[in-house]
Amino acid sequence: MKRRIDWRPYIAGALVGVLATVSVVVTTRVLGKTQFLGASTTFVRAAGFVEQAAAPDHVRQNPYFAKEKIKIDWQFMLIAGIFIGALAASILDGSFRLEAVPPIWRERFGDSVALRAAGAFLGGIVAMFGARMADGCPSGHGLSGLMQLSVSGFIALGCFFGAGVLMAAWVYGGKGGRR
Amino acid sequence: MSEHWLGLITGIAFGALLQQGRVLRFEKQVAAMRLEDMTILKFMMSAILVGMVGIHAAVALDLAALSPKATQLGANVLGGILFGLGWAVMGFCPGTSVGAVAEGRWHALFAVLGMMVGAALYAEAYPRLEKTLLAWGNLGKITLPGVLGLSPWAVIPAVAAVFLLCFVFFEKQGL
Repeated sequence: MKRRIDWRPYIAGALVGVLATVSVVVTTRVLGKTQFLGASTTFVRAAGFVEQAAAPDHVRQNPYFAKEKIKIDWQFMLIAGIFIGALAASILDGSFRLEAVPPIWRERFGDSVALRAAGAFLGGIVAMFGARMADGCPSGHGLSGLMQLSVSGFIALGCFFGAGVLMAAWVYGGKGGRR
Repeated sequence: MSEHWLGLITGIAFGALLQQGRVLRFEKQVAAMRLEDMTILKFMMSAILVGMVGIHAAVALDLAALSPKATQLGANVLGGILFGLGWAVMGFCPGTSVGAVAEGRWHALFAVLGMMVGAALYAEAYPRLEKTLLAWGNLGKITLPGVLGLSPWAVIPAVAAVFLLCFVFFEKQGL
């Protein structure tokens, strides 16, 4: 009954820990402003850019956009970098694959691309509303928060997973179904 | 080097590692929430383990300062729960959604668009939440060592031990 351990997530994860440390030190030294890994604030800024084009006055008067400042900053470029890095890595190792409906979703909801798109879109609305309310996502609260032993990180990550587990059981059914 | 270049280079490395850890995928994220495959947790906990030691060492050497997010019980809990509910259906988190699109899983594009709408809606709700929900249980920027009155170097080994036990458990259970 020997199973081979897949070291991949451990090694890649540990390297992210190194990257986070190097990034914290380098941004402190070079920029004079310490940058921790995070992602969800960029969605506020991206939404702000789009809204600004349509209703500049409305955006100017909004206190949340004023607080988060609509600009291309370190984290915005980090997100752009994630796209480039993931694209390059997936092409180099041949794991790039076009996918419209993932298997677990198909098993439960069928082949409809529109239904999967609607699920991703509506789930995204709720998740980001929650992430902004909690002031962070699994990167900002989960990774950076726990690396700093921040109390908010432990609370938020616990709620992310706790609610995620309950919702997944409800939406996709419990365990079972072999894949 | 400018702020933008530093962010971009860090992001490229982060994206490549997320991709190589196989954590960008809907399947892996939902399987973790179904408690069937803990790839996501192995990845996150490994990152936290190394980053926790590295960042506290950098602070001890006066190379950086901590910047923890404020603990706001009401907002952390309610926002955290809302995030989890949406996360299970979306199957991506904010950072991984963009990487998932890059990997060819283009349904993540709708997740990205949904999250932009969610962020815009939150900006509209913010003025009403600022003095209510966000003010409830606001304990400031507290850390675990601070609350316990301990040095971080007393807390780090305890957290590391719990994580390592989790890893052993995951591998024993074939998760």
